[in-house]
Amino acid sequence: MEHLDYDTLNTLKQVMEDDFALLIDTFVQDSTDRISTLREVIQGTDADLIRRAAHSFKGSSSNIGAPHLSSLCAALEKKALEKRLEALDVDLDSIEREFAQVMVLLRSLP
Amino acid sequence: MNDVRRLKILVADDTDTDRLILESIVRKEGHHVVSACNGLEAIQVYSAEKPDIVLLDALMPELDGFGAARKIKELAGDELVPIIFLTSLSDTESLVQCLDAGGDDFLSKPYNRIILQAKIKSFNRMREMHSTMLTQRNQIVQYNNRLLQEQTVAKHVFDNVAHSGCLNASNVRYFLSSLAVFNGDVLVAAMRPNGSMMVLLGDFTGHGLPAAIGAMPLASTFYGMVSKGFSMTDILREINGKLKNILPVGIFCCATMMDINFRKKRLKIWNGGLPDCFVYHHQEGNITPVKSTHLPLGVLSNRAFKDNCEYFELQKEDRIFVWSDGIHEARNADGDMFGEERLKAVFSRNSNPELLFNDIIESVQQFVGSGEKDDDLSLLEIRMDEPARVNSFAKEASDKFGNSEIEWTMGFEVKPTSFKVFDPLPMLLNVLMEVPSLRAFSSTLYTILAELYTNALEHGVLKLDSELKKTPDGFSDYYELREQRINQVTEGFVRINISHKTNENGGLLKVRIEDSGDGFDHQQRSTDNLTSFGYSGRGIALVEKLCGTVTYLGCGNIVEVAFSWVSDD
Repeated sequence: MEHLDYDTLNTLKQVMEDDFALLIDTFVQDSTDRISTLREVIQGTDADLIRRAAHSFKGSSSNIGAPHLSSLCAALEKKALEKRLEALDVDLDSIEREFAQVMVLLRSLP
Repeated sequence: MNDVRRLKILVADDTDTDRLILESIVRKEGHHVVSACNGLEAIQVYSAEKPDIVLLDALMPELDGFGAARKIKELAGDELVPIIFLTSLSDTESLVQCLDAGGDDFLSKPYNRIILQAKIKSFNRMREMHSTMLTQRNQIVQYNNRLLQEQTVAKHVFDNVAHSGCLNASNVRYFLSSLAVFNGDVLVAAMRPNGSMMVLLGDFTGHGLPAAIGAMPLASTFYGMVSKGFSMTDILREINGKLKNILPVGIFCCATMMDINFRKKRLKIWNGGLPDCFVYHHQEGNITPVKSTHLPLGVLSNRAFKDNCEYFELQKEDRIFVWSDGIHEARNADGDMFGEERLKAVFSRNSNPELLFNDIIESVQQFVGSGEKDDDLSLLEIRMDEPARVNSFAKEASDKFGNSEIEWTMGFEVKPTSFKVFDPLPMLLNVLMEVPSLRAFSSTLYTILAELYTNALEHGVLKLDSELKKTPDGFSDYYELREQRINQVTEGFVRINISHKTNENGGLLKVRIEDSGDGFDHQQRSTDNLTSFGYSGRGIALVEKLCGTVTYLGCGNIVEVAFSWVSDD
């Protein structure tokens, strides 16, 4: 799956105009916060808390045009929903790696 | 946006990027955006800003979208505030939960600008339709309230005009819905000065105000005339004429009118268009139907109107039942009408006449059962009784009129200076018309007075010779001479004396006219050959025909006639 969906990003650029850079900055900041939140909650056993955090991250990454990141979040959400709480740090590691990729690609957008 | 006006749209999402994107899209569409970061804030912003459409993220901290949606719908009350859930939820259960919470639709992430635009457009259309509907609903409520208010006022006015009359008399029972006047039914009853009771049950065509409007003049005419002692036929004619004049074609009043004389135990009844009334004979236990033999009131001109009535001699405890067609046309659940046969069956089943009235109503109500209640049953029962037991008025009037007679005389003299300028006839006739029973004879009485007065003036005071009028030339000579003499007359008089006396069946009106003239040899007057009688033969012959006899007294300068009349009520 692609790291970035350029169609979505182009549409966003048109819609956001001058605010596009702000949107990217917001997304990066927001996602950084979410990853550290996730890092915290997967230490615990509150499956619903994990599910919600993953769900929100899934929504925002799909909106920004990061389909792979969104699907990794969806996988984490699904595990939390099914209460399969083992080895969640592996999932979060993948999410974090993918986010680092996405961030680089977003920063390098023309 | 050309086809959607600028709307105020609330965007509530806790994810900054999502909110940023959505705000931008909505703003790009030309709408005004207000934002919230969680459910509680969404409610606050909603209350403060009253947005047209709400876009609500499902999962939010503090209060989630579901809770916020419920609260916003509650705050919106009657208003339609479309709520569109923003969600990346995709399982059926979650989507159902969105709608259950009052959501109207959802928009899934990633946002699609075209779809959002279409949804905003479509929900705005729905919102406008809803607001039109609310406005119209409020208008209907307002119109309905106004209608009810107007009916209350109209009923109040009607009740003042139509008050209950003598319907509270001990021999009267009636059943009438409280808003009967708006079903077109009207019931009025009053006592005549002679102690008899006059009752009219009417059923105007149609419903609502148009049906009620004719009830006002009907009631005011009825009460105005009954208390003054006018006869039933006079009152019927007056009401008919009034209704004919004021009501549009197609609106008229089926009615039965009765004059119940308790002293003579007599019923005079007129039925124009109502179902057969029943006269229930207590002794025999049977009924005599009184058919409608006339057109309803307000249909015919007074010229064509027929006022002939039926008469019944009644016994004590006999009863008269009158109804509008509400009883006959009451329908049961199958749509069958109650009809006259069932009504007659109630009478044949009955063993206690005192219960007849209730039996009729119960039978109709049982028959109708769960069928549609029209609520316009009108039923009236009048029982023949002693005047003293009807009400105090009937007793008093009966005591007063039962045995005694009314008697008066009036003397009137016309002096020389008045002959030329004053015609006493209209004034005299006016006096006579104050006696209600004499109204029916107004033209007869005028003829009598006019002939006698003219003779007294022209042949007596002015000494004109009627022989003159026998030739065409003489005719004009006669009037020239009359003109001459009436201008010159300086002495003489015409004395008019009228006496009136009532009796059990009617009355006797005597007119005596004396003039200052020389009279004539009235002994020579041939009684069997009126036309040969020279003294203005034609006029006297007519008076003789109307009064039976014309008597001359003195030297022929005094004439007396007696007009005897019979009352039909």
